[in-house]
Amino acid sequence: MTDYRQKYQMTPVIGWLLKDRGGMILLGILIAAAILVPLSNLLLPESSAFHVPTWMVSLLGKYLCYALLALSVDLIWGFCGILSLGHGAFFALGGYAMGMYLMRQIGDRGVYGDPILPDFMVFLNWQELPWYWYGFDMFWFAIVMAMFVPGLLAFVFGFLAFRSRVTGVYLSIITQAMTYALLLAFFRNDMGFGGNNGLTDFKDLLGYSLQSDGTRAGLFVASCVFLGVCYVLARGITQSRLGKVLIAIRDAESRVRFTGYRVEYYKLFVFTVSAVMAGIAGALYVPQVGIINPGEFAPALSIEIVIWVAVGGRGTLYGAVLGAFIVNYAKTFFTGAMPDFWLFFLGGLFIAVTLFLPKGVIGAVPAFGSADRQSIITAWRKRRANEGGKA
Amino acid sequence: MSEAAVEMNASDKEQVKSAKSETILYVDGVSVTFDGFRALNNLSFYVEPGELRAIIGPNGAGKTTMMDIITGKTRPDTGDVLFKSEIDLTKMDEAEIANLGIGRKFQKPTVFESHTVFDNLLLAASGGRGVFQALFHRLSEAEKIKIEKTLVTIMLEDKRDEMAANLSHGQKQWLEIGMLLMQEPELLLVDEPVAGMTDSETEETAKLLRSIAKEYSVVVVEHDMEFVRDLDCKVTVLHEGSVLAEGRLDHVQKDPRVIEVYLGR
Repeated sequence: MTDYRQKYQMTPVIGWLLKDRGGMILLGILIAAAILVPLSNLLLPESSAFHVPTWMVSLLGKYLCYALLALSVDLIWGFCGILSLGHGAFFALGGYAMGMYLMRQIGDRGVYGDPILPDFMVFLNWQELPWYWYGFDMFWFAIVMAMFVPGLLAFVFGFLAFRSRVTGVYLSIITQAMTYALLLAFFRNDMGFGGNNGLTDFKDLLGYSLQSDGTRAGLFVASCVFLGVCYVLARGITQSRLGKVLIAIRDAESRVRFTGYRVEYYKLFVFTVSAVMAGIAGALYVPQVGIINPGEFAPALSIEIVIWVAVGGRGTLYGAVLGAFIVNYAKTFFTGAMPDFWLFFLGGLFIAVTLFLPKGVIGAVPAFGSADRQSIITAWRKRRANEGGKA
Repeated sequence: MSEAAVEMNASDKEQVKSAKSETILYVDGVSVTFDGFRALNNLSFYVEPGELRAIIGPNGAGKTTMMDIITGKTRPDTGDVLFKSEIDLTKMDEAEIANLGIGRKFQKPTVFESHTVFDNLLLAASGGRGVFQALFHRLSEAEKIKIEKTLVTIMLEDKRDEMAANLSHGQKQWLEIGMLLMQEPELLLVDEPVAGMTDSETEETAKLLRSIAKEYSVVVVEHDMEFVRDLDCKVTVLHEGSVLAEGRLDHVQKDPRVIEVYLGR
C-alpha cells in the first residue's frame, strides 16, 4: 500500500525530469563537474594537463552563482512575464547576509583586533554591535537570513506592486528604482554595512580558511549542488498546474483573472521564490570572490542579468544557465583582452540576439528550442494541405 | 426633482424589486462616467435564470462597459448590480465574480496561446484556484471526462493536443466558450462571439450558444443582426448608455426610435 503510494507520487517527478532533455544534460554536467573539477584540482599535480588551477575553480564557481541568478530571473521573466530589472538587489542582500557572517568569523584577527566589532565599525568609533548584526556569528542564521531577507523584500515589494496591478515597463522601472535606492542606502556609512568599501578581508568559513584549495573546491561543489537543486525546483514549479497558470498569465493576464485566478498571488509566489534563489546565489558568490560592496546593487548589473537570460534563451531555464556562462566567459575574456570594448560587445550581443536569435542560443539548436516551431510548421503544412484539398 | 418623479421612481423600484426575486442578473440605475463622458446612464435591465438574451446597440452604446461593470473590471458611480437577486457584484473583483459563477468571453478571442487546447480547458476547469492547490494539483479522472465532454461540445475534439496559437479565429472563439463552460458558470457573458467568423462558423456558433442556453443563462452582445435572429431570443437595445427598447427582434426592429438610432444618422 505504502509502496504503491510512494510510486504514485514519485513517478511524475521522474517522468518530467526524463522528458526534459536540456535539464538532464545540465544536471549531468553539474554532477560531473562537482566530482571531476575538485578531484583534478586537489589530486592531480600542477604539471598535469588535466589539472584545474584554483583560480579557475573559483571562477567557475562564480559563474555557477551567476547561472543560479539567471535561473531565478528566467523563472519570473520567461514563465510569468515579470521583467525584473532589480534582481541584483536580492542577490546582493543574500551576499551581504553571508558577508556579515564572514565578518563575524574574523573575530580579533582584524586590523584593530576587536573581538566583536568588524574593523569598519571600530574605524567609525562605534562602541557596540548594531542590533541587526546579532546572530550573524552563527552560520545557520546567516544562511536563513540570506534567503529570508530577499524573500521578505520581494514579498512586500511584490504585494504592493502586484496588488496595484503594476505590470510591464512600469514594474521594470520600479524594480530598477528599488535596487538603486538600496545602492544609495548601502553606500552610507551609518547604515552599518561598511559603506562604500562593503565587507571584505574575510578569513574563514565554518573554521576552514577561505584561501585554501579545499574550501574553494567545497564552495564550488556547493554551487553545483544548489544550482542543480534550484533547477529541479524551478522545473517542478513550471511543470505543475501552477506553472501553466504562470504561462497563462504571461500570455493573457486578464483571461486568467476572469477565469477566477488571483493573478497577484501567483505572481507574488513566483517572485518571492525567485528572490530567495537569487539570495542563495549571492550567499554562495561572496565567499568565492571575497568581497561584497554596494556595487552589486548597481542597476546596470541587474540589466546585465536579463541579457544573460535573453542570450541563453528565455523560458527554458537551462538556457538561462547557458547564457550566464556564455556572457560571463566573454566578459572575463574581453575585460582582460580589451577592456574598453566590453560594453560595446555586450550591447551588440544583446541587439544581435534580439534580432537574429529571439529564442536565444538554445533556440538555435534544433533539438531544443524548436518544439514550438515544429508544431507551428506542422500546423501550417496541414492548413496548406487542407486549402489545397478544397481548391 | 419634483415629488411626482420621486414617487414614480419609488413605484418603479417596487416593480423591479418584485422581479428581483427571480433574476439571475439584476442591473438597476447604473451610471458610470469616464473623464466626463457618461458611458452608462441610469441603465436598468434584468435577466431571468435560464434565459438567453441578446444585447445590441451601435458603437459607444455602452455594451462593453456594461460587461466590465458586471464582471468587476469597472466600478459603477451609482446603481445596483445583483447576482441571483442577492449578491452585490459592485463590491467584488474579477476573480471573486468569476468564482461566483459568472463567465466572460472577450470580444477578441483570448485563449492561452502557448498551451494546448486540452490545457486551456484544464486551466479553466472549476476547482481550487489557490496557489498551493495549483502547485500540487494532479489531473483527476473526473476532470479528464469533463474536458473530453467539453471538447465535443465545442467541436474541437481532434485538436486536443494542438497549441491554441495554431487554431483558426473561429476555433479560438469556440475554445474560449469551452473554457467558460469548464468554469461551470451560472451566467455567461459573451461579447461579440461571431466577429470575424465565416458564415458557416457563425451558424455553428449560434447553434452552440442555443444549446448552451439550455443549461445556463447567457447574455450575448452582438452587432450581427442575422446572428441575433438565429439566436431567437429576447433582445435589449442599448443607446447612449441606457436601454432604448426591449422585446423580440421583430418587435424591436419596428420601434421608430431603434430605426432612428441605427439608420437615422
